[in-house]
Amino acid sequence: MGQRVLLIEDEPNIIEAISYILSKDGWTVHTHSDGETAMDKVLQGVPDLIILDVMLPGRSGYDILRDLRADGVTASVPVMMLTARGQAKDRDMAERLGATHFMTKPFSNADILDCVRTLATS
Amino acid sequence: MSNRGRTEFLERGSYRQRRFRDAARMVPLFAAVMMLLPLMWPRAQTDQSLTSSGIYYLFGLWVVLVVIAFALSRVLQFETPDDSAEGAGKKGGDE
Amino acid sequence: MISFNLLVFVSIAYVVFLFAVAFAAERRAAMGKTAWLRSSAIYTLSLSIYCTAWTFYGAVGYAARSGLEFLTIYLGPTLVMIGWWWLVRKLVRIGRTQRLTSIADLISSRFGKSTFLGVLVTVLAIVGTTPYIALQLQSVTQSIAVFAASSGEVWEAGDLNGAAMWVAAGLAVFTVLFGTRNLDAHERHHGIVLAIAVEAVVKLFALIAVGVFVVWGVAGGIGPTMDLIDASAQSQWAPQPSRWIGLIFVSAAAFLCLPRMFQVLVVENSDERTVSTASWAFPTYLLLMSLFVVPIAVVGLDLMPAGANPDLFVVTLPLSEGREGLAILSFLGGFSSATSMVIVATLALATMVSNHIVVPSWLNARTPGAVVSGDVRDVVVMSRRISIGVILALGYIYFRLSGGGGALAAIGLVSFTGVTQVLPAMIGGVFWRGANRWGAGAAISIGFAVWAWTQFLPSFGVDAVISQAVFDQGPFGINWLRPYALFGIEGIDPFVHAVFWSMLLNTGALIVVSILTFPNPLERLQGAQFVNVYDYSSGARTWSQSAAQAEDLLVMAQRILGGAEAQSIFQAEARSQGKDGFLPDVTPDFISRLERELSGSVGAATAHAMMAQLTEGAMVSVDDLIAVADETAQIMEYSSQLEAKSAEQDRTARALREANEKLTALSIQKDAFLSQISHELRTPMTSIRSFSDILRDGEIEDEARKKFAGIIHDETNRLTRLLDDLLDLGVLESGQVQLNIGEGTLAEVLDRAIMASGVAPDDLVISRRAVNEGVPLTTDLERLAQVFINLISNAAKYCMADDPELRIIVRQINGQTVVDFCDNGAGVPKESQSMIFEKFSRLEDAGKAGGAGLGLSICRQIMTALGGDVTYLPGQGGAGFRVTIPAAVALAAQ
Repeated sequence: MGQRVLLIEDEPNIIEAISYILSKDGWTVHTHSDGETAMDKVLQGVPDLIILDVMLPGRSGYDILRDLRADGVTASVPVMMLTARGQAKDRDMAERLGATHFMTKPFSNADILDCVRTLATS
Repeated sequence: MSNRGRTEFLERGSYRQRRFRDAARMVPLFAAVMMLLPLMWPRAQTDQSLTSSGIYYLFGLWVVLVVIAFALSRVLQFETPDDSAEGAGKKGGDE
Repeated sequence: MISFNLLVFVSIAYVVFLFAVAFAAERRAAMGKTAWLRSSAIYTLSLSIYCTAWTFYGAVGYAARSGLEFLTIYLGPTLVMIGWWWLVRKLVRIGRTQRLTSIADLISSRFGKSTFLGVLVTVLAIVGTTPYIALQLQSVTQSIAVFAASSGEVWEAGDLNGAAMWVAAGLAVFTVLFGTRNLDAHERHHGIVLAIAVEAVVKLFALIAVGVFVVWGVAGGIGPTMDLIDASAQSQWAPQPSRWIGLIFVSAAAFLCLPRMFQVLVVENSDERTVSTASWAFPTYLLLMSLFVVPIAVVGLDLMPAGANPDLFVVTLPLSEGREGLAILSFLGGFSSATSMVIVATLALATMVSNHIVVPSWLNARTPGAVVSGDVRDVVVMSRRISIGVILALGYIYFRLSGGGGALAAIGLVSFTGVTQVLPAMIGGVFWRGANRWGAGAAISIGFAVWAWTQFLPSFGVDAVISQAVFDQGPFGINWLRPYALFGIEGIDPFVHAVFWSMLLNTGALIVVSILTFPNPLERLQGAQFVNVYDYSSGARTWSQSAAQAEDLLVMAQRILGGAEAQSIFQAEARSQGKDGFLPDVTPDFISRLERELSGSVGAATAHAMMAQLTEGAMVSVDDLIAVADETAQIMEYSSQLEAKSAEQDRTARALREANEKLTALSIQKDAFLSQISHELRTPMTSIRSFSDILRDGEIEDEARKKFAGIIHDETNRLTRLLDDLLDLGVLESGQVQLNIGEGTLAEVLDRAIMASGVAPDDLVISRRAVNEGVPLTTDLERLAQVFINLISNAAKYCMADDPELRIIVRQINGQTVVDFCDNGAGVPKESQSMIFEKFSRLEDAGKAGGAGLGLSICRQIMTALGGDVTYLPGQGGAGFRVTIPAAVALAAQ
């Protein structure tokens, strides 16, 4: 398919895992690991899907999500939030801010693959 | 001091202390007067050898003063709670 | 014939002995054995510096010239000591509560911490004391010359001057050595006090020995001695009433006002009860010193050739009778009298010069606000040492200029009248609240001027300073200003004339000027504290509110008092407020207490000025004044109970408030921590799960499989470490930790910790002082190393300075070993300092920190288990942590 996914995440091992899984499935994966400059990265070339971690150095994933939704160019891009803090209030927060999907770490590879396929084609 | 049986005894003790302090204040005045006393000795006749009498008198006085001071230092209670109350007694009109 | 060399040998041996005594006393005091140094006997003997060479040699000369009049000099102090309940007791109490360092400090402190008055009294004291020091040098050299003459050598003026110079230099060394070792004047000079106590015994023993020899050995008993007296030229005793009264008054006043007497009477006094014993013991000492004076004088006049100097009879009489051993003993007595006076007088004056002249000028010369940037302690110590040298040099110069002439008694009396000019301000200051600084300044200035004109300047002789014409006609022909006949009243004895007019004008100025002018608020407060010292033992509220921060104050106090002492004061204060750590709330009480501590080192005026700079001039409010003025006796007594209660309530409330703040903050932090721990656990688990899925599901290359397995392995380890930390903390907290007690030195543990922390010198420079680190330890060395590793890697992680540096300082405080870790970074903000040791806490910037905020918490738990502690140490210019390791015996075995 060759669709482009942008993964914003700071843990090198998790980046490696997700990139491996998605590349194998035929996606073009770009990665970025800093919260502060994440918006610039998105605007350089708007992806078809964004996978966004909540706890990022520099700027939290929620703040980035808020900006994504406020910007006309990115407002409709599907965003999948990843978090390691699996509390209910985190999910509420993500949904209120307009996340398309919310996933708690650790996840199974099948789940994330399903989710990416669903979101990118919708 | 609600216990009357003991009040009298306590009062006697602190009364005594106060009088000892009066004594401590009086001693130097007494001493000063006694030291000036030889100025009034009769000096009409020149054959009286006053220096030797002066030695006996002044050193005698000195010994008496030392004995009194020694006795007072024994009976005076230096640091008593009463101390502050007494100092507070003389408050009036110095501002 | 005594060989002159033998005399020199005996003197040097005696001096060495005195050094040994002083060293031994300092050593014992350093070991905390000060009880016997504070005994009444030592105190009484130290008062005997009142009896200088003037007494030892001069009293006999005085008696030979004027009969019994010499006794007035000893009757005056006897009156003061017997009447201790009036004045001495009050002075000692004031001296202790206000931490006075000198008589200049008393006057300056009482009159609103006035710098001007401090300088004035210091100058007066130097002018008055210099001739007196010269007198001591003169008497020592004269007595040496007597021995030289008797052994056949003839001394030229040059030899005398040389001897005087050696004596002065030796005294300077002794005084610097034992007088400037402790900065705080209230730490007291044990070495010096004990040495002068020994000298007091020597001089009394020597004089009595000579007296006994003269009465029983020469005159043939008491009866014949009295007969000799009655037959002598001094048999008639016709005291001049004005001189008799005047001399008793001046000697009593000088006993209180002489800088050296104030030093031993008030400053060195450590226990008020010793005064009560001295009230009879010191008059006894004076009595014994005076007992044989007249017999020695009379026998000397009888036996010695006409024209012999009666000032030297105590040495020349035994010599002429062939009693050389006795003569040497007598020489040592005179030597003791002279040296002990010079040592204490010099020390007292040097303290005054440094506290009232040098340090204030030094502070003024600096830009405002920069007070704390230099090391005041060094300035104070150095200025004291230099002052000691300068004052002794002045004494020596005066000795050279005056040519060693003049009867001893005359010089002594000039000095006495001079220092007596401080008396009205002192008495007024402690008994009359209305006395103010204008009055005191006018009184001392006028008294000083009248004394200088009528007694001091004329004492140099006619035509020396004041010409014959001025004596006869007055300056510029103003008749009523003649030095010996002020206001045209002639025929009064010059001594009485000087005392009468100086005291009359002095006291008059104090009263009139004080009545006509207004004191400033600080003076009124100090006045109330001095006059009602028995009521105000708790100290007054001099400082209202202030902007000074505890940490700034700590930094300043450390500079002046030294680190350990300042920290212990702050810690004690914080504890009494119910707080942990080193930073108490800056209450007015605390500020005035701290100011008194500092004034013990640098004097009241200086301490006040420094505090004022830090507290931004927050002085005394009108409310404070009214409060003090209204505190009449009855209210005081009643309110002191209330105060005690409300202070207690304050303390409790403060403790509760702190606890509450802590709880609230903790609860917030606990939520955050749970999130955090969840994050820390889930992150490695995510990688593990993901890669194990990949490995399970499919065909992948060998290369990739190896790599993925490696990642799983690493992440598992990370999980294990985190769990270890959590469990470690759990065990430590429950108190069931197993300690492996071993033996080693602190240096080894530090070496191991630095190695294990893996900190590269590029990232963090660690400076240590190996000398202090050889401390043997009996404790769990592994656990201790764990604490050190944590602190070192914390510094490496959090210290953001350009050139990060960690200083590891080891010292001994109260028998415990203390290791301070201070870096040069930004430190921990004050509001976080109470939090950092809590389990769930971690400062901002989570990305930087590698752990979950458990490190310091584990450190504290370990140290508690080891019976020690780890605390945050503020005021170090960066983050500072203090690890306290208890002595091995106190080890808290579980």
